Amino acid sequence: MTETLLETRDLDVTFRRGRDRVPAVRDVSIAVTRGESYGIVGESGSGKSTVLRAICGLAPVSGGQILLDGAPIPDPRDAAFYRRVQMVFQDPYASLHPRHTIDRVLSEPLAIHGFDRREERIEQALAEVGLGEGFRFRYPHQLSGGQRQRVSVARALILEPQVLLLDEPTSALDASIQAEVLNLLDRIRTERGLTYVMVSHDLAVVAHMCDRLMVMQHGRMVEELTRDQLRGRAAATDYTRQLLQASKGYTPAA
Amino acid sequence: MAPLLTVEDLRVTFPTRRGPSEVVRGVSFTLGRERLGIVGESGSGKSQTGRAILGLTPPPGVMTAKRLEFDGIDLRRATPAQWRSLRGARLSMVMQDPKFSLNPTMTIGRQLTEMLRFHARMSAAEKQRAALAMLEAVQIRDPDRVFRAYPHELSGGMGQRAMIAMMLVTEPDLLIADEPTSALDVTVQVEVLRILDRLVRDRGMGLIFISHDLRLVGSFCDRVLVMYAGRVVEELKAGDLDKATHPYTRGLMNCLPQIDRDIRPLPVLKRDEAWAR
Ligand SMILES: Nc1ncnc2c1ncn2[C@@H]1O[C@H](COP(=O)(O)OP(=O)(O)O)[C@@H](O)[C@H]1O
Ligand SMILES: Nc1ncnc2c1ncn2[C@@H]1O[C@H](COP(=O)(O)OP(=O)(O)O)[C@@H](O)[C@H]1O
Ligand SMILES: [Mg+2]
Ligand SMILES: [Mg+2]
Repeated sequence: MTETLLETRDLDVTFRRGRDRVPAVRDVSIAVTRGESYGIVGESGSGKSTVLRAICGLAPVSGGQILLDGAPIPDPRDAAFYRRVQMVFQDPYASLHPRHTIDRVLSEPLAIHGFDRREERIEQALAEVGLGEGFRFRYPHQLSGGQRQRVSVARALILEPQVLLLDEPTSALDASIQAEVLNLLDRIRTERGLTYVMVSHDLAVVAHMCDRLMVMQHGRMVEELTRDQLRGRAAATDYTRQLLQASKGYTPAA
Repeated sequence: MAPLLTVEDLRVTFPTRRGPSEVVRGVSFTLGRERLGIVGESGSGKSQTGRAILGLTPPPGVMTAKRLEFDGIDLRRATPAQWRSLRGARLSMVMQDPKFSLNPTMTIGRQLTEMLRFHARMSAAEKQRAALAMLEAVQIRDPDRVFRAYPHELSGGMGQRAMIAMMLVTEPDLLIADEPTSALDVTVQVEVLRILDRLVRDRGMGLIFISHDLRLVGSFCDRVLVMYAGRVVEELKAGDLDKATHPYTRGLMNCLPQIDRDIRPLPVLKRDEAWAR
C-alpha cells in the first residue's frame, strides 16, 4: 500500500488583476506519496509555480482542497505546516535578503520555530549542502549563484521538513553547477527520506529527479507519466510528445 | 571565397580597482555564410565577444584586435558614420534581454520601419509592407495588431519575436544572436531557429549564435567555439560535440541530465587552472 502525503483535489487558483480574473490553475489533482519525488513540467505561464505557491498559502485558492496526511491544511498556514513543508525558489539572487548574512538567514527560522542547539544546527546545515564554516558570515553578494542556491536549500532543510517544494531550483544556474545542486538534492532526499515536488521546464531534469510527473498547459493537467513512461517516450498526448521532441534540440523541418 | 568576417586576437579589457581585467583574451576565428555557435558558461566572455565585433564594448571597456574585418572593411578603424551605416543594415545583433533592445515609447511598427531608414529607395508603404512581412515570418499570428502595439502590450515570447523581426528586417549579412531563444519556450524556440536557419540557407547570411545550451548549439549550428575564461579552448564541428577532446567541453556535455540515461550522481565538472592559462 502506498500512502499519500500531499494531495490537491480539483485545485483552482484565480488571480485578480484590476477587474479581470486570471484563472492560473484549473482542476489540478495530484497525490504525492510519502518519500516520492514528483515533477511538474510545462511551458512558462502554464501554472507550475502557482500550484506550489498555492500549497504554501502564497496564491489565492478559489476552489478545491489541499491535504497533508489526509487532513485539509489550515488557512492561513500555521507554524506547524511550515515545519513540515518548505519551499525553494527559482532565483537564488532574489530569494535571499541582500543585507542578511548567511548566519542570519539560517538562524531566523530556528528562532521563529523555537529550535534548540542552533549553533550546531547551522554548522550541520552548511556542511550538509557543501559550504564550509567560512561561508557563515558572508553576505549573499559574496556568493556565486550555485552557492546561493545551496544556502536556500540549507534554509529549507534546517527545520527538518518532510516535504520540499522546489520551484526550478537550477534554472538560473550553469550546467555544471546545476549538476552539483541536483546531486545534492538527490542525496539529501535519499538520506532523509524526504518527499519532493519539483517544478521545471526541463524534461531531462525532471526525468533525472522525479519518479512521476505531471505535464501542465494553460493551467490544466495534460497528463501524468512515470519516469519509465517518459524514458520510453510513452506519452499519451500530442503536447507531451511535442515537448519530448523539442527537448532533443533542433531538428530541421522535414 | 573570402570569409565574411575575420577576427584575430580579439581582446576586451575593463579597468577594475585591482587593475585591468581582460575578459576576452585573444579570440580568433573566421565566419562564412554559416551558423557558428559560441558556447560556454556564464562569464566566459561570449556576450563581450559579440558586442566587441559590433563596436559595442561598453565604456570604460577597451577592445583591441590584430584584425577585425567584415566584408573587406576594417572595423577597428570604422568611423561613427561608417558604423551607423553598417549597424542594423548589414550587421545586426539580437541582445540577450529584449527589455533593453525594444524602445518602450515607440510602437513595434514604427521601430521596424525606422530600421529601414537607410534603405532610401524604399517608399513608406514599401517599408510598412516589409515590416509586416517580417512579423509574419517570425510567426506572429496577428501582425497588424503587433505592428500597432507598444512593447509593454506584448508577452515575453511575442516581444522576443518582435525583436528578432527588428534585427532581420534589414536582411543583414551578419547576425550576432546572443541567447536569442533562452527566454522562449521550447516550442516557440524551434520556430525562431527555423527562421534563422532559412536566412542562412536562402539568403546566405552569416550567423553567430551565442548560447549556454550545448545541446541546442550542437543540433543547430555548423561549427562551435567553446569558450572558457575569455578564451576559445576548443573549436569543433557541431555534430562532433560528443567527440570533444578538451576536458572542459567533455565535462559540460557529461554533466547534463538526459532523458534516456540514468547516471547517478551526475558527473560534475572538475576545473583545472591550466584551462584558463
Ligand atoms: N501574482 C500574480 N498576479 C496575477 N497573475 C499571476 C500572478 N502569478 C502568476 N500569474 C499568472 O498565472 C499564470 C501561471 O503563472 P505561473 O504559475 O507563474 O506559471 P509557470 O510557473 O508555469 O511559468 C500566468 O498566466 C501568470 O501570468
Ligand atoms: N561592463 C562591464 N564591466 C566590467 N566587467 C564586465 C562588464 N561586462 C561584463 N564584464 C565581465 O566580463 C566577463 C565576461 O562577461 P560576458 O561576456 O557577459 O559573459 P557571458 O556572456 O559568457 O556570460 C564576466 O566576468 C563579466 O563579469
Ligand atoms: Mg514558474
Ligand atoms: Mg552573455
